[in-house]
Amino acid sequence: MIRFTRVRKEYPRTGVALNDVSFQVNQGEFVFLTGPSGAGKSTILKMIFADELPTSGEVKVANVSSATLKHRDVARLRRKLGIVFQDFRLLEDRTVEANVSFALEVTGAPRSVIGSRVARVLTQVGLSSKARALPTELSGGEQQRVAIARALVNDPVVLLADEPTGNLDERATRGVFELLRDINATGTAVMMATHNLELVKRSDCRTLEINRGQLVFDSHEPMTGQGER
Amino acid sequence: MRLAWREAVMAFRRAPMLNALSITTIAFSLFAFGLFGLVALNMSQALTRLEDRVEIRAFLGDGTASEAAATALGDITAFPEVASAALVTPQQALDRARKELGEFNDVFDAGLLPSSIDIHLKPGFRDPEHVRAVAARIKTYDFIEDVRFGEEWVEKLHQIRNIATLAGTALGLTFAIVAVIIIGSTIRMAILARAREIAIMRLVGATDRFIRAPFLIEGSLKGTLGGVLALLLTWATNEIIGRVAFSAAFFDLRLSILGIFAGALIGLGGSAFSVGRHLRDV
Repeated sequence: MIRFTRVRKEYPRTGVALNDVSFQVNQGEFVFLTGPSGAGKSTILKMIFADELPTSGEVKVANVSSATLKHRDVARLRRKLGIVFQDFRLLEDRTVEANVSFALEVTGAPRSVIGSRVARVLTQVGLSSKARALPTELSGGEQQRVAIARALVNDPVVLLADEPTGNLDERATRGVFELLRDINATGTAVMMATHNLELVKRSDCRTLEINRGQLVFDSHEPMTGQGER
Repeated sequence: MRLAWREAVMAFRRAPMLNALSITTIAFSLFAFGLFGLVALNMSQALTRLEDRVEIRAFLGDGTASEAAATALGDITAFPEVASAALVTPQQALDRARKELGEFNDVFDAGLLPSSIDIHLKPGFRDPEHVRAVAARIKTYDFIEDVRFGEEWVEKLHQIRNIATLAGTALGLTFAIVAVIIIGSTIRMAILARAREIAIMRLVGATDRFIRAPFLIEGSLKGTLGGVLALLLTWATNEIIGRVAFSAAFFDLRLSILGIFAGALIGLGGSAFSVGRHLRDV
């Protein structure tokens, strides 16, 4: 479902960010992307959601290849993905409900569908009682749950999480991680960039380690969420 | 489309101060342009009034048969450049001279003055070239003794019109460009203030068209409101000038609507340009 083939990314000012990176992520997998800051984890995620294109090599996501990707295809590709960031990236002047429904509205989903799907994902992330709250009225963990709900509402084939627990305390981190595992259990692949090694060690998920732009370790034990639980 | 309207209206409500500021900026930019337009309009009308006085007077020779004069009058009236032509008898000429020139008050013999055909030209044909051409054509009648049209005065008037048009166009363009730049920057500021929102929209799979639509609606609305406000300010200024100094002409309904429409168009164009550039850059 995600395939990197000899991917190289070079920036004009900062030089090589990724060099000869190849890996594949299959449907339903839970994959950790680890490595020190600046190793290239975020660049890999950005390439998956087509925010960056490889300088050479190919990135293939949900049968869309970076080699043939056109600007107009990017929006369509992103609707198949769910993306979560460390800084939540919520619209602070809109309610939780509006933040989530927004992701459906941009796809042109009918209003009759939006209400029920938003309610469903808010229940899934445990925030149905806070639907009318503003993000600023929520804790960090809750805000990240809203971001996850927004990422889930379009039924993505893969959920990308870039340091989703980076701004959270231990308890909230555990909660968010549990939630991501639950989502994975329903068949959605999850790729999570993190430098929280404790979290990685505690779980038995596949780990890709990046260092100085190169893939230095792949535990290569593809496991489906269903299999684990 | 309904969603785009909702987003545009919400954007207004979310940042009322910023939006009020940009509408005011648009309004004042268009107000400066409106004031210039008002000056240009009044100057143009004053020049047109002067040009209305451009007249060709063809003097008939003594003993011209009235049938011949009537035929010539008919011919001249049919010239494409001619708005109206009238036969002036010696008596009418004397009456007019008495009215216009005091020294004719003691003259009682109308026979002193010749009959003439007085010709008014249509607007657009009052420049020296056309006036001269029409005069030359009239001269070809053998009973026409002399043709006068105040050549020097027509030349000067034409020069003034040319300078005014040139200066007006240059100034108008400058004002328009300044207005577009100011309005463009205002809209760009509004878009930068919502850069985060645009980035989030893109992340969740919004197409550029979807992102652009509310901004275009917002830009047109701001432009229209700015245009209406500018028109009100220009009208108020005109009223004040009318009370304290002199009465000046104001834009008619067509020009007023055109001004508001221009505001909407600048708002729309500025938004399309700024949001397009932003979407390309990020």
